[in-house]
Amino acid sequence: MISRRDFLQASMAASAIYGASGFGEWGRLAAQQVITQDDLLGFEAFGNVSLIHITDIHAQLKPIWFREPEVNIGVGSNKGQVPHVTGADFRKLYGIDDGSATHYALTYDDFNALGQAYGRMGGMDRVATVVNSIRADRPDALLLDGGDTWHGSYTCLKTEGQDVVNVMNLLKPDAMTFHWEFTLGSDRVRDIVADLPFAALGQNIFDAEWDEPAEDFAPYKMYESGGVQVAVIGQAFPYMPIANPGWMFPEYSFGIRDKRMQDMVDEVRGMGAELVVCLSHNGFDVDKKMAERVTGIDVILSGHTHDALPEPVLVGDTIIIASGSNGKFVSRVDLDVRDGRMMGFRHKLIPIFSDVIAPDADVAAAIDAERAPHLDALTEVIGKTADDTVLYRRGNFNGSWDDLICEALIEEREADISLSPGVRWGPSIMPGQDITREDLFNVTSMTYGKAYRTEMTGEFIHTVMEDVADNLFNPDPYYQQGGDMVRVGGMGYRIDINQPIGQRISDLTLLKTGEAIDPAKSYVVAGWASVNEATEGPQIWDVVESHIKKKGTISVAPNTSVQVVGA
Amino acid sequence: MKLTRRHAIVMALGSAAAFTMPFRAYAAVEEDIEAFTGGVEIGTGGITLVAPEIAENGNTVPIEVDAPGAEAIMILATGNPVPAVGTFTFGALAGSQSAATRIRLAGTQDVVAIARMPDGSFVQASQEVKVTIGGCGG
Repeated sequence: MISRRDFLQASMAASAIYGASGFGEWGRLAAQQVITQDDLLGFEAFGNVSLIHITDIHAQLKPIWFREPEVNIGVGSNKGQVPHVTGADFRKLYGIDDGSATHYALTYDDFNALGQAYGRMGGMDRVATVVNSIRADRPDALLLDGGDTWHGSYTCLKTEGQDVVNVMNLLKPDAMTFHWEFTLGSDRVRDIVADLPFAALGQNIFDAEWDEPAEDFAPYKMYESGGVQVAVIGQAFPYMPIANPGWMFPEYSFGIRDKRMQDMVDEVRGMGAELVVCLSHNGFDVDKKMAERVTGIDVILSGHTHDALPEPVLVGDTIIIASGSNGKFVSRVDLDVRDGRMMGFRHKLIPIFSDVIAPDADVAAAIDAERAPHLDALTEVIGKTADDTVLYRRGNFNGSWDDLICEALIEEREADISLSPGVRWGPSIMPGQDITREDLFNVTSMTYGKAYRTEMTGEFIHTVMEDVADNLFNPDPYYQQGGDMVRVGGMGYRIDINQPIGQRISDLTLLKTGEAIDPAKSYVVAGWASVNEATEGPQIWDVVESHIKKKGTISVAPNTSVQVVGA
Repeated sequence: MKLTRRHAIVMALGSAAAFTMPFRAYAAVEEDIEAFTGGVEIGTGGITLVAPEIAENGNTVPIEVDAPGAEAIMILATGNPVPAVGTFTFGALAGSQSAATRIRLAGTQDVVAIARMPDGSFVQASQEVKVTIGGCGG
């Protein structure tokens, strides 16, 4: 008898073959300039339930460039496991041809050259076309938004998320969970949630005072889809008050709370759920561990760590889907649910090539209407990139955007050392491209963007670096927060990722003198995105705009100041 | 940015690191356990400790402990200057042998719960709770 697990694995293999052939072909088609929308959307419906997953849009309503990470190191049991595989290794793993459209979409190298061939990706008007197409095929397909939606652009900041809310509502999501949304402040979040025409979910969103489930967010919602009872359980980002300013949402507490997750799974199963879906903002490695510890979840739709994977990862009987970020991808997951169980699946990570997928006219018009009042500010050219420079952010240790921001902090704020947060959002800029104010806000906009200037001792700087490194490289994913390493300007260091906290960071060097950092000495440090209340200083986008305007053309040399050991 | 209480906590981490390593080396913890168990060997299972993996605020960390049938449960914050947090005792008529409270943690450390069962045996559960500076989750 074929067990459920065997069935899933057999189905997985079929999915892998399906994915590989589909992906390889796009490259050839695109090279011949015959890649079509039908190629991207083609999908033979499977089973009886369809899920559509999009996550970590970061308010990118228009198509963008987005370079995937070059360095993404896994630790502990995740060493060398997806999503900690990049570049040529990633292509080899999934059978992706060099130079193909999929190479461009999913890996970092040759980004500029391939970008010229395949164009920008994303755009919520294109995403709408994909969603509509799937719904034409499966009318009651569930559209699930993994969060980090109402953050990350000029218009989103100026309208406190309203522009994105208005546009996303047109796509008619069925449920959503949260992370950066809370940095709008809890009053604003409650205002928006009160009017949302879909479910705002988070089983781990608690009232901080009483440590009880917060009444503003349901833990789950039941749907009937394809004649199947489907439960969607929300899992918000667990470390909100630690990774972001807790003073902006003091009423709420989060955490992984996998014991309650198990209780919720058991509860919905008891209510007759035949398919249990977790809409998660845990991050991929945390989701893998949660899938090991919580039984009865069929599908985890994983967000937060911005990974895009062409195939699901199987943990026990749970499939985990990673759908990328910034609107670059939409995942379609078709499931065969019979006799109260998931019997198999078919999955496709759909790349949103903006020049191939036609924009939905209504959504395109709505996006332009949201942008219209801000168009002059958005389109003002601040500078341009040199022919040798791609500005990007993603990667564990540094990105050229961050190197530029760190340089701006040192020069504009007369600092010895600068620190920039290791966030994973922020689209890229191609060589020789104008840098507009919109581009700048895409990599800096937030509600706590003030650029501080302070003194820190060498010892304190070391403590900060160790602390952040442990958030990234603790071998237990439950102790990770899912960002990248803090970006550092003016200072070099060595990191041995396999050491425990307190012993990873060494050889701190002040670059301008070449001298070792003295633990007892004070240094002037400029940074931004402090989680502390009442941080003072100019907004980071003003600091960087001033710097870019002075330089005119931006060229960023490769960063050689971080020495990584043990990867 | 000014140095707030939060930073003071972080700076205390340097010294806290000495506590976090081997709690067995920390004499007060040993003494507290000895006083509670009388030296009886401690088993595992039958006790559940729920604590956050990373504390949102080290000054008030919610924890829960549940040990069905236990007579008493002792909670220790092994990295605190005074590790003993408290001992809950349950009478014969107690409806459940569980407790929830909030504790203050000086830094990253193991929180330990030990339950005394009616037959005189002991079981324990522990979890590391990280107290962190945070600030860069993306």
